[in-house]
Amino acid sequence: MKSTELLTRGLTRENPVFVMLLGMCPALAVTARVETALGMGLLVILVLTLSNLFVSLVKDYVPSQIRVPSYIVIIAAFVTMISMLTEAFAYDLFVSLGVFLPLIVVNCIILGRAESFASKNKPIASMLDGIGMGLGFSLALVIISSIRELLSSGTIVFGEYLPFFATPGDITQLIAGVNVSDYGIAVFGLPAGAFLTVGFILAIRQGMQIRKQGASA
Amino acid sequence: MSIAVFFTALVSAMLINNIILIRFLGICSFLGVSKKIEAAAGMAAAVIFVMLLANGVTYIIFYGVLLPLGLGYLRTLAFILVIASIVQFVEMFLKKYSTPLYKSLGIYLPLITTNCAILGIAEGSIISNFYGDFGYWGGFAMSMTTALGTALGYALIIFAFSAIRVRLDAMNVPDEFKGVPVSLFVAAIMSMAFLGLQGLV
Repeated sequence: MKSTELLTRGLTRENPVFVMLLGMCPALAVTARVETALGMGLLVILVLTLSNLFVSLVKDYVPSQIRVPSYIVIIAAFVTMISMLTEAFAYDLFVSLGVFLPLIVVNCIILGRAESFASKNKPIASMLDGIGMGLGFSLALVIISSIRELLSSGTIVFGEYLPFFATPGDITQLIAGVNVSDYGIAVFGLPAGAFLTVGFILAIRQGMQIRKQGASA
Repeated sequence: MSIAVFFTALVSAMLINNIILIRFLGICSFLGVSKKIEAAAGMAAAVIFVMLLANGVTYIIFYGVLLPLGLGYLRTLAFILVIASIVQFVEMFLKKYSTPLYKSLGIYLPLITTNCAILGIAEGSIISNFYGDFGYWGGFAMSMTTALGTALGYALIIFAFSAIRVRLDAMNVPDEFKGVPVSLFVAAIMSMAFLGLQGLV
């Protein structure tokens, strides 16, 4: 498989959240704000790339009976490292992700890719697959959280949790003359809004698929 | 420390901070398993059992072993191994001593290892610092009460949801919304209903 395909197939055709329905818990839980969703996405890209690389490196030395437990240990080790780094360099993000940071260990995407791709492929290909799938996951999270934050508060605020935005601000200030923050729909910031948003996105995807099949039949 | 504290914690973990609808843990099993009422009941029973056991064991391991040795940072790694071995152990125990129970719970047990609700509650007990607030045994009791409330909340929702889904299968849902989308809408409505319980405690 070509490396460009490895990198891009996670974005649309095999998107882990919208197509394979993996990693739904973080996709619903951390998407009230775009910034936390982006942070979560970046952490998952890091963990997925590193764990895929290491699983692929050790795949010939691990007996197949204890395959899954050893993959979990590799993943947990990387999650622990990443979570300590987050605590040191992005403390606000660490606090706002809370329990979902250690829970990256049981994110089905990561174990799924280790089991179905990295344990059968070469290290470089596995790394690219990890980056691609991680990007797909981040894209899904950013889409969900943009809809939710925009509808619930009318703005998209950045510079609060992630350290690499130089100046805090919000995105609607970039679009001159628009002030929609007075018309927020509060429910989209609440847990119910997460279910609604993801439900609508999945329904749109399903509808598009039905149209496509109808056109080809 | 009075009984009221524990009762408040139980109700709050079960209804107000419901694990599925408000805290979004265990969504995979919520969407995947709850197509049949019997399956939902089996999964709920397995989760109640494993959640209480895992929460107790991880609490003791964290404060009895990891923290005194200065290994607090190995928490996640230790917990996931403990949970995986508990699940394996329970499965072997049931297989040997209780065939009917094994037959009803058996297929759900391996799924529980990757059920984020279990690890989430174990981690949550440490993050919410019951130890600091209530001391060792008080914290243990508090953490077990929360785990019990959470597990009951999980059982309640997964059972109610499977009953709704049976009715949903007989309904004329538009093709676009069939399957997962309409399940998520049901979850959204249930979640809104549960928001109404916020003033309970």
